Amino acid sequence: MTIDHDEHDLQERFEAVVARHDRIEPRDWMPEQYRATLVRQIAQHAHSEIIGMQPEGGWITRAPSLRRKAILLAKVQDEAGHGLYLYSAAETLGVSRAELTDKLISGRQKYSSIFNYPTLSYADVGTIGWLVDGAAICNQVPLCRTSYGPYGRAMIRVCKEESFHQRQGFELLMTMMRGTDEQRAMVQESVDRFWWPALMMFGPPDDDSPNTAQSMAWGIKRDTNDELRQKFVDMSVPQAERLGVTFPDPELRWNPERGHHDFGQPDWDEFRAVVRGEGPCNAQRLAHRRRAHDDGAWVRDAATAFARRGA
Amino acid sequence: MATDPTTDPQATGGDYSADGGHGAVPLQGVPTGLGEAAAGEWPLYEVFVRGKRGLNHVHVGSLHAADDAMAVRNARDVYTRRNEGVSIWVVRADAITASSPDEKDPLFAPAGDKVYRHPTFYDIPADVPHM
Repeated sequence: MTIDHDEHDLQERFEAVVARHDRIEPRDWMPEQYRATLVRQIAQHAHSEIIGMQPEGGWITRAPSLRRKAILLAKVQDEAGHGLYLYSAAETLGVSRAELTDKLISGRQKYSSIFNYPTLSYADVGTIGWLVDGAAICNQVPLCRTSYGPYGRAMIRVCKEESFHQRQGFELLMTMMRGTDEQRAMVQESVDRFWWPALMMFGPPDDDSPNTAQSMAWGIKRDTNDELRQKFVDMSVPQAERLGVTFPDPELRWNPERGHHDFGQPDWDEFRAVVRGEGPCNAQRLAHRRRAHDDGAWVRDAATAFARRGA
Repeated sequence: MATDPTTDPQATGGDYSADGGHGAVPLQGVPTGLGEAAAGEWPLYEVFVRGKRGLNHVHVGSLHAADDAMAVRNARDVYTRRNEGVSIWVVRADAITASSPDEKDPLFAPAGDKVYRHPTFYDIPADVPHM
């Protein structure tokens, strides 16, 4: 491969912008691998938000009160919005939204493995808000400073709304913990199921994450997987105590020497299997997304025909 | 690099990053769709929102819509769910003409050597009031 003089200059200018923590903007020159990495990351982040509507969306019609139903509707609508902010950011890199949708429903692009777990009780709505969205916040807050401008700006919007998601979840669980023994057991059972998948959201350990160094050099990623996971555990333990639930990890304890909690490792074989498509709900989630897309085809066609007539 | 990971959708083993944001997603072995054209897609609109009276409209993102009226309605749902705005502009992205930041002779260079356009260029004694 030969790099001509011009491209060398452009590369240097790109690296200088990243080095001074300035932002790369859509019309700037950027290395093709930087562009490809960003497309994969942003597109699959968007897919995660869109698929993420499903586990909780199924509970909207079965919410226990009008208040909870209104909250859950708003939350699920936010997830759609987050997906749209992110698709919008991905498109600035030169991909089409229709193409990304096609890559999702054909299973060629992935989404976060957390959404391939089922939601078996209403307590899961609370647990997802508290732990799943809590883990997402740990990931997303540093991404507000990511080197690609449109991605960072989308993350700022997302983070503002994510705080509502986490708080409504924790409040829901607190309400249940003030209820009957049966309700408290439901909360504990739900936390037991979601704790390990939530820890997996940060990805494999650093020594098994060969992309991290490049992503950090490019300023896309600001913290390593293990740093983020540690932060999440340290944040969650006192919240669990306040709530009155435990996490299903016998190795979880405070380590005064490190000033952090020690904790066990999730089952990474399970993680890889779920990403490969072998999780409990992979097929169901994709089939639902595909059906929604197909069922909406006549609406898209009608709107297109109407727009053509009006023009 | 021996193989192009973008063309090998099966190669998703063991190579992940947490930067999927809402959970780890593979950053290798996934096709990007870069360079693939989509036929029949609704046009792209850029969205501008006036946050409150007295402020300019500011660019907030983009969306697809079949026509202008639908673009405004979608913009309200996507970008102003929490009173973020009192007014929305939408404009088709293909109607925008932009400067290119990486042009050889930068559009903004002429401003660089005109320091006398800034108030700090002028030395005024500290005891002159109200200046």
